[in-house]
Amino acid sequence: MAYSDKVLDHYENPRNVGSLDKNDPNVGTGMVGAPACGDVMKLMIKVDGTGLIEDAKFKTYGCGSAIASSSLVTEWLKGKTVDEAYKIKNSAIAEELALPPVKIHCSVLAEDAIKAAVADIREKQAATKEAK
Amino acid sequence: MSQKYFELFGLGQTFTIDLSVLESHYRKIQSAAHPDRFVTATSAEKRESMQMATLANEAYQTLKKPASRAKYLLSLNDIDATQETNTAMPMDFLMQQMEWRESLEDFKSLKDVGGLDGLAKEMHQAAKALATELITLFDEHNDLVKATDTTRKLIFINKVCEDINKAITQIED
Repeated sequence: MAYSDKVLDHYENPRNVGSLDKNDPNVGTGMVGAPACGDVMKLMIKVDGTGLIEDAKFKTYGCGSAIASSSLVTEWLKGKTVDEAYKIKNSAIAEELALPPVKIHCSVLAEDAIKAAVADIREKQAATKEAK
Repeated sequence: MSQKYFELFGLGQTFTIDLSVLESHYRKIQSAAHPDRFVTATSAEKRESMQMATLANEAYQTLKKPASRAKYLLSLNDIDATQETNTAMPMDFLMQQMEWRESLEDFKSLKDVGGLDGLAKEMHQAAKALATELITLFDEHNDLVKATDTTRKLIFINKVCEDINKAITQIED
């Protein structure tokens, strides 16, 4: 199947591959998976003192579209608030990367990874508040 | 998916099945529907026997392997185990998946067939443990929610196995 230029670009030069310190109270981790194709995606976001996402890293095992979807969202996430991040829709990812219908599920994976990372950071922040 | 695969082979609708019963019924149907028997038959009979052979083949392939059998059993209960909008899996399981995938990549780049074989063995053991879990979940507790989670894990592991085998074939070619 032919990949779009944008998918190829992210696939060949993935942005922000790697990890952040998962024990950092300002780091949220989201992990999701798709059994049918065996894709696993890990997304980590770091929030600064003002509530903005200052860094985002990902690690994905899967097809080119899954890698491109996660690479793209790490770029989008930086500078956004956690609430804005939560609102990112898979359709926007699919549109930006011109994903064909059979690869839409890769963008679903990326959206769900963001939601999981946001849920994790919110949980951590609530726990820190309680501790204070 | 509305076809009754279990019934076709005289099996009860359970996760635990007698593979020898599956095998013998499958052979019987295949030989009864063999094209050689229909050389002089009408075209309608020919078509019918071919449809039967296709159905039996589909059903056999589905029921033979634990993962596809579990997925089929769930589908009979209107549960789609590999629904694309369901991406939630236990964190520890996904971490383990990442580690397995990393080892696979490492062994692949080192062309280490022994390492890949070892990893395949680990996968088969994990798959076996999950299949045993499914016996309890389906046939003893009828816990379809947990059975769905376990089936998803099993499908995941089978995918890694497939990719390990692909890597081994590539190295050996």
